[in-house]
Amino acid sequence: MYGFLIAVGVLLLLSIIWMVYRIQTLVSVVKGSDKKIATGSNKVNAILFVLFLLGTGILMFWYSIKEFDNYQLPVASEHGVLTDQLFWITMAVTGVVFLITHVLLFIFPYKYQYKEDRKATFYPDNNKLEIIWTVVPGVVLAGLVISGWMAWSDITAPAPEKAHVIEIMGYQFAWDVRYAGKDNVLGDYDYRLTSAQNSHGVDFSDKNAIDDFPSPVVVIPKGEPVLFKIRARDVLHSVFAPHMRLKMDAVPGMPTRFWFVPTKTTAEMREELGNPEFNYEIACTEICGRGHNGMRKVIEVVEPAAYQKWLSEQKSFIQNNPALAKGLESDVKELAEIQ
Amino acid sequence: MATASVATHDTAHDHHDHEHHDNFVTKYIFSTDHKMIGKQFLVTGIFWAIIGGFLSILFRLQLGFPEMNLEFLRPLLGGWIDESGALDPTFYLALVTMHGTIMVFFVLTAGLSGTFSNFLIPLQIGARDMASGFMNMLSYWFFFMSSVIMFISLFIKTGPAGGGWVVYPPLSALEQAIPGSGLGMTLWLIAMTFFIASSLLGGINYITTVINLRTKGMSFSRLPLTIWAFFLTAVIGLLSFPVLFAAALLLVFDRSFGTSFYLSDIYIGGEALPNTGGSPVLYQHLFWFLGHPEVYIVLLPALGITSEVIATNSRKPIFGYKAMIISMLGITILSFIVWAHHMFVSGMNPFLGSIFMFLTLIIAVPSAVKVFNYLTTLWRGNLIFTPAMLFSIGLVSFFISGGLTGIFLGNSAIDIQLHDTYFVVAHFHLVMGSASFFGLLAGVYHWFPKMFGRMMDARLGYIHFWLTFVGVYMVFFPMHYIGIAGFPRRYYSWTNFEFTNMYTDLNMFVSVAAIITFSAQFIFLFNFFYSMYRGRKATLNPWRSNTLEWTTPINPGHGNWPGEIPTVYRWPYDYSKPGAPEDFIPQTVPLSATPESNLPHEQEQVKLEMEIMKEESEVLVANESKH
Repeated sequence: MYGFLIAVGVLLLLSIIWMVYRIQTLVSVVKGSDKKIATGSNKVNAILFVLFLLGTGILMFWYSIKEFDNYQLPVASEHGVLTDQLFWITMAVTGVVFLITHVLLFIFPYKYQYKEDRKATFYPDNNKLEIIWTVVPGVVLAGLVISGWMAWSDITAPAPEKAHVIEIMGYQFAWDVRYAGKDNVLGDYDYRLTSAQNSHGVDFSDKNAIDDFPSPVVVIPKGEPVLFKIRARDVLHSVFAPHMRLKMDAVPGMPTRFWFVPTKTTAEMREELGNPEFNYEIACTEICGRGHNGMRKVIEVVEPAAYQKWLSEQKSFIQNNPALAKGLESDVKELAEIQ
Repeated sequence: MATASVATHDTAHDHHDHEHHDNFVTKYIFSTDHKMIGKQFLVTGIFWAIIGGFLSILFRLQLGFPEMNLEFLRPLLGGWIDESGALDPTFYLALVTMHGTIMVFFVLTAGLSGTFSNFLIPLQIGARDMASGFMNMLSYWFFFMSSVIMFISLFIKTGPAGGGWVVYPPLSALEQAIPGSGLGMTLWLIAMTFFIASSLLGGINYITTVINLRTKGMSFSRLPLTIWAFFLTAVIGLLSFPVLFAAALLLVFDRSFGTSFYLSDIYIGGEALPNTGGSPVLYQHLFWFLGHPEVYIVLLPALGITSEVIATNSRKPIFGYKAMIISMLGITILSFIVWAHHMFVSGMNPFLGSIFMFLTLIIAVPSAVKVFNYLTTLWRGNLIFTPAMLFSIGLVSFFISGGLTGIFLGNSAIDIQLHDTYFVVAHFHLVMGSASFFGLLAGVYHWFPKMFGRMMDARLGYIHFWLTFVGVYMVFFPMHYIGIAGFPRRYYSWTNFEFTNMYTDLNMFVSVAAIITFSAQFIFLFNFFYSMYRGRKATLNPWRSNTLEWTTPINPGHGNWPGEIPTVYRWPYDYSKPGAPEDFIPQTVPLSATPESNLPHEQEQVKLEMEIMKEESEVLVANESKH
């Protein structure tokens, strides 16, 4: 019944619109406005451009200022401060260009709307102007590029040797974390060794693998360099830690990496934001299938002393599951047990 | 010289001596007339735009109203709506994938470039048809085949391709990873193969026609900017589409014949696959070697159309004609060497990232020049706001807004945070999606009288424009905020993360705006189809424009001009020339006929022009006497 009523209502509305349309068409034919070069609509459109400029301009400034703390994510890494700075410098430069060009673009239609008694200015070219507005953007862009390039080079430079090595391995649909252990060297892996017990496919015959340990949370120390060794075992994923301003694809068959220095512990950030529930998170930003939007991992940034303590409490893969050491040579086995 | 012109005159006579007798099939279906093929591309493009737009409404419902019961969509989507009335997450990914594929390739490549390159090139350069009418027909029918296959893929049980429109392997190569990578992906690849063939057939034709079939006097320096844009677009397509074909072919091999071009070290579904040594990043390089030029394939024709529409309706010559051409040439060349800026965090060598950052920001310079030239064209003009003009101004606005955010994304250090967030979505939807779409609409409003001999209703056009223009900004501008906040794209919902567990209000706003904007397009559809049959009859030159197409009859037949093809004596932008009685001088008016408005250097050309015309008429007389 409701469906029927809605259908009747829509039909009535459409027929009214139709009538209005026909009437205005006939009126314009009678008035002969279809023969004119520019009708009264010309003025209306010209005014609407100015109103659009004012309306959306006010809306943009109001919302940008009001929501600043919401969309501006707090930053918690050394290089993140730098890239944020670059972001806002670029915002300032492009913002000025954005405003000037749009003011001109919407004021000109009003100012130069059609008048029968006026003739447009025949102004086909001016090489001087063209050169100016080729060179000026060129120089400004060069400045932005060079500052960006310097930051990029530093960020992507090899990690310091003392960086804490952590492997993050993506699969459908979660991240698994492996710590390098006391030797700070990750053991070899081979994807063919992957099994339910050994999700990383770690090769435990490699001595470096013996002290490797898993962790449900990425725990890292504040103020010390951390190196993420990133890989995937099925399809592409991408490690995205928004507060660390960190993103790197996880590629099957091609390990990638990203190193950074966290600057605020989770506790400090909770206090700063006044949100006791706050957590640093890792998300996936490369489409990977049905569960793409659920690949969450928590990062916990702690003081260096707390980190060392936590580290010493962790149990290696083999200690957790001695079956993994099955079939290994006896000397390796002994080593593993001593750990 | 003399013999050559005799030959052309002869063929011209032959042409209109025997009339074409077309039946329905040869006129409307297997037509070799470039105008009909252009209209075929347009109508197919409109069909796809409705589908592509509708898909986006479906996923916007999910994003804006995640709690909504979508039971009412069950008759259409069937099993993709689960028992609780929610959209299936896998189908959500298929929706974004097909929305992207349809909009980029079927609407903005075929619908825009296919329509206007076909329709306008012969009309604006003064040719009877394309260099090869048959190839042109094939081009449409390959596109049609491609469309049919892609359309079928929407309805199969496992769903259409779902790996994003870029279809990166291994996701797109492994059926175990996502159901869409089964039959849906196979159909996607077959459809794209036909599509590439169609683009190449079209492109070769456009290039050949522009180079060889220009009428007398139509030198490259007198070509309208539309033709320059179509020509360069075709060159880009011809050089880049084959690379996509290569990428797709290797993907087919990986999927079906056990090769390892893109696959390596994969453990999925509880088993380790035998593939080793391949590289997913190789696919990304190949894909973006087309993918980035593709941006300009959809954008350049729109910019060309805008140049023509803005000049005509400003009653002013386009400012910096030569600078515009040089900018487009610059964009054409640079578009091939910036592709890896889509891959800054793909794991490729960071040094490569530095190189591509430099190259990318260079391409911003010619784009900036174009914007400044548009602004100067408007300056001190005498602006007439036809719907086409409104859409062109809208295009310039989108081009600025979306172009400027490109400066953030092209900077690899800033891109680390913004890559694959909604900031990117906002950026490309404005600069290539909406801008090109507005170019398409501007073109339809402007050349509708030439296509169908009738006018579209201007007032409906104004309403359509304002709803769409405001709507597009309301949809895509808020996405910048969401993107800066770090919301990743292609997410079915954002509630799994604390940092994205906000902005439900803003997402709702975006979805409502999207629905209104989509609905507003039906005003256009009504206007388009109604005016086709019942619109006001068009006059010969309704916009008082200079270009050649307006010298044809109101409803030009196959062959375009009933008699001789007109000769061209001047560039197409002599608007409001000082001294001239009217505010426009068509390209067919000889300089010698307008001594009052000629510039000093043109006055010198008059003498040369007179000699040529004298020679012409002698030949003509001689020719007549032979008959």
